[in-house]
Amino acid sequence: MTPRDPKRAIEAVWRIESPKLIAALTRIVRDVGLAEELAQDALVAALEQWPESGVPGNPGAWLIATSKHRAIDLLRRRTTLERKQEELAREIELGLGREEEDVDAAIDDYVGDDLLRLMFLTCHPVLSKEARAALTLRLLGGLTTDEIARAFLAAEPTIAQRITRAKKTLVAARVPFELPPREELGPRLSSVLEVIYLVFNEGYSATAGQDLIRPSLQAEALRLGRVLAGLSPDEPEVHGLVALMEIQASRSRARLGPGGEPVLLMDQDRTRWDRLLIGRGLAALERAEELGRGGLGPYALQAAIAACHARARTGDETDWERIVALYDALAELTRSPVVELNRAVAIAMAFGPEAGLKIVDDLVTEGALDSYHLLPSVRGDLLEKLGRGDEARGEFELAASLTRNERERRILLERAVASSVTSPRRGVSTE
Amino acid sequence: MRVMVLVKANEQSEAGEMPGTELLDAMGAYNEELVKAGVMVAGEGLHPSSKGVRVRFSGEERSVVDGPFAETKELLAGFWLWEVRDMDEAIEWAKRCPNPMEGESVLELRPVFEAEDFGDELTPELRERDDRLRRQIEEQQS
Repeated sequence: MTPRDPKRAIEAVWRIESPKLIAALTRIVRDVGLAEELAQDALVAALEQWPESGVPGNPGAWLIATSKHRAIDLLRRRTTLERKQEELAREIELGLGREEEDVDAAIDDYVGDDLLRLMFLTCHPVLSKEARAALTLRLLGGLTTDEIARAFLAAEPTIAQRITRAKKTLVAARVPFELPPREELGPRLSSVLEVIYLVFNEGYSATAGQDLIRPSLQAEALRLGRVLAGLSPDEPEVHGLVALMEIQASRSRARLGPGGEPVLLMDQDRTRWDRLLIGRGLAALERAEELGRGGLGPYALQAAIAACHARARTGDETDWERIVALYDALAELTRSPVVELNRAVAIAMAFGPEAGLKIVDDLVTEGALDSYHLLPSVRGDLLEKLGRGDEARGEFELAASLTRNERERRILLERAVASSVTSPRRGVSTE
Repeated sequence: MRVMVLVKANEQSEAGEMPGTELLDAMGAYNEELVKAGVMVAGEGLHPSSKGVRVRFSGEERSVVDGPFAETKELLAGFWLWEVRDMDEAIEWAKRCPNPMEGESVLELRPVFEAEDFGDELTPELRERDDRLRRQIEEQQS
């Protein structure tokens, strides 16, 4: 047996403990940037001491005690803001006066709420979406700046600056470290869910370029979602989002062909779907439905649509009428033209291409999706099914000129050529 | 990555002795911690091998053998499936587990094969979903 590298053990402890540590320290010092610095000082101390002394029995408690000492030192050294610091130092010392177990118990009491507060803080609407995502991954995901930069295809200094600015913005805006009051909870929670789903989708797909995948982000988002579901178990949309992510993630293995080519949902080998994740997704959806008492939010509705596919053993078994009903509800709720486009595809599957085309044509008239390649792509598909190959060809060509993804462009151009021959074929699927 | 954590059997678990209240409580708290950390994907306890059956293969032959089975230490008493970032993290979580048995016991950690999970391309559906989300976010903010 080879002895394990203590540094790797310490890093694992760090990844597990750092969000809780930063959350607890933020509660004390009320500055998330400072809290992170203090937490990192504690990590440095651990890296110095643990290889000699061994990893303590309760590493989390060790890290918090160490960083609290450092917080006091730091605050004492900054004598210019005397009164405020004394106040803070006193607050910290109260915590330190207890035995280690008491401190530990106190941390455990707070930790759930602190983590949740931290999530609400890093996802606060004063920050841009990108800043929220970067800061959340940094502080709650424990990702390095370099990892975040690679995930978002950005230069490391850009991300570093984004995170630094975000922390300063939170301090400058005096954003309190608290759970949002009742009346703000809805929008604030949406902001958190949005960030998690953004991260999930970043892990799934790239908006430009080719062959880009960042699967660890998908896992991280799923983890954050599951953590959030544990922290606020009574919020239906949290379970809705978790359900959506679990079911989407269940298809990871099936969405590529042997040559790495994308496989459409309706053509996927469903035996390769991860039943365990589907089961978890369906359970989370059930929970969302129970809590929502009939009125599903946008994530739960999307999860319910995904669940229709997950429940169908073959593509032919898909309950398209139910999917249409769910899209009706989703369209009502979001008023989004993209949802409307998906609804059109579902309607075409349930009631025939003619019915779908009617909605697509309305969308074309509306003009809201003029630069969206999937609008002509869907339209071309429906026209092709109706035997109007020449019109379809033009739509596929238009779609090809609008997409930013190389591989997709190639597929669309191939379809343009094929559609002149006008053979009915399986089309763009919905969901 | 996904890791399967195998709880090895011992004499007590094979004898069908149930854990005491204290251990049950500690295990309950530990499981809750795993769930809250987003680590727990699945987990079950297993009846002793006396309730188990083995189906043996020899070429095309199949034979059914009823438990209990010998080699206690190679048997299983339960399992978890965890989602963690790497084996080091799984080890750290495993070290935090209350001793699942009285006396000696072993947790065996095995990474689940999922190299095929992540290819390097995306289906149009996923991209569509992604774009849809972006649109929705933009709309919600406007």
